[in-house]
Amino acid sequence: MGDVFKALADPTRRTILDELTDRDGQTLFELCGRLTMKHGLSSTRQAISQHLDVLEAAGLVETTREGRYKFHHIDTGPLRTIVERWLAGDRGEEPT
Amino acid sequence: MRIHIASVFVDDQEKALRFYVDVLGFTTKHDIPLGGEDRWLTVVSPEDPDGTELLLEPGGHPAVQPFKDALLADGIPFTQFAVDDVEVEYDRLRALGVTFTQEPVDMGPVTTAVLDDTCGNLIQIVHQSG
Repeated sequence: MGDVFKALADPTRRTILDELTDRDGQTLFELCGRLTMKHGLSSTRQAISQHLDVLEAAGLVETTREGRYKFHHIDTGPLRTIVERWLAGDRGEEPT
Repeated sequence: MRIHIASVFVDDQEKALRFYVDVLGFTTKHDIPLGGEDRWLTVVSPEDPDGTELLLEPGGHPAVQPFKDALLADGIPFTQFAVDDVEVEYDRLRALGVTFTQEPVDMGPVTTAVLDDTCGNLIQIVHQSG
């Protein structure tokens, strides 16, 4: 759970999730292009790749291989856990 | 000094010629046997027949495959072509069975899309917006 908060604490990583919400399933190249062109972020490809690793470790991003390409997908599952922890608290389930 | 030739490394020159001519719509400029199976094979745009040639270069050197594989995995196009309208080209090429790793995206000053040339390369098509 701690990894999710750490992953979301960084504005670049939140922007990555914004862009994956706009279109799910992007190559590293497309994500880098969107961050540079649409958001004026000057991070290197390597830096973006490291941000993606953090998001993937937190379960917020999933990668799939299709043939020779790798695509990144958003997974909002960990966010649901946050919502259920505080917003659905009176259902009586103890969070872990 | 002018830019005369740009190259793409292709897995198979004949297959590449079919894609670059029959699908993308370029025309053959030079096709000269080099001995063995390799050819000096270039194409040009019919809109600019005396313009920069694209050399369909055999990718047999051992450094080529790992280089191309690494670019492909990250979706990086190493070559870019200008079109009048990316959306129109996307629809036309999709109808011809072309695979895109990036559908058209409005990036602000440019609209881009990325396609697979069937010979191990990704190609970006682009038009200037507005």
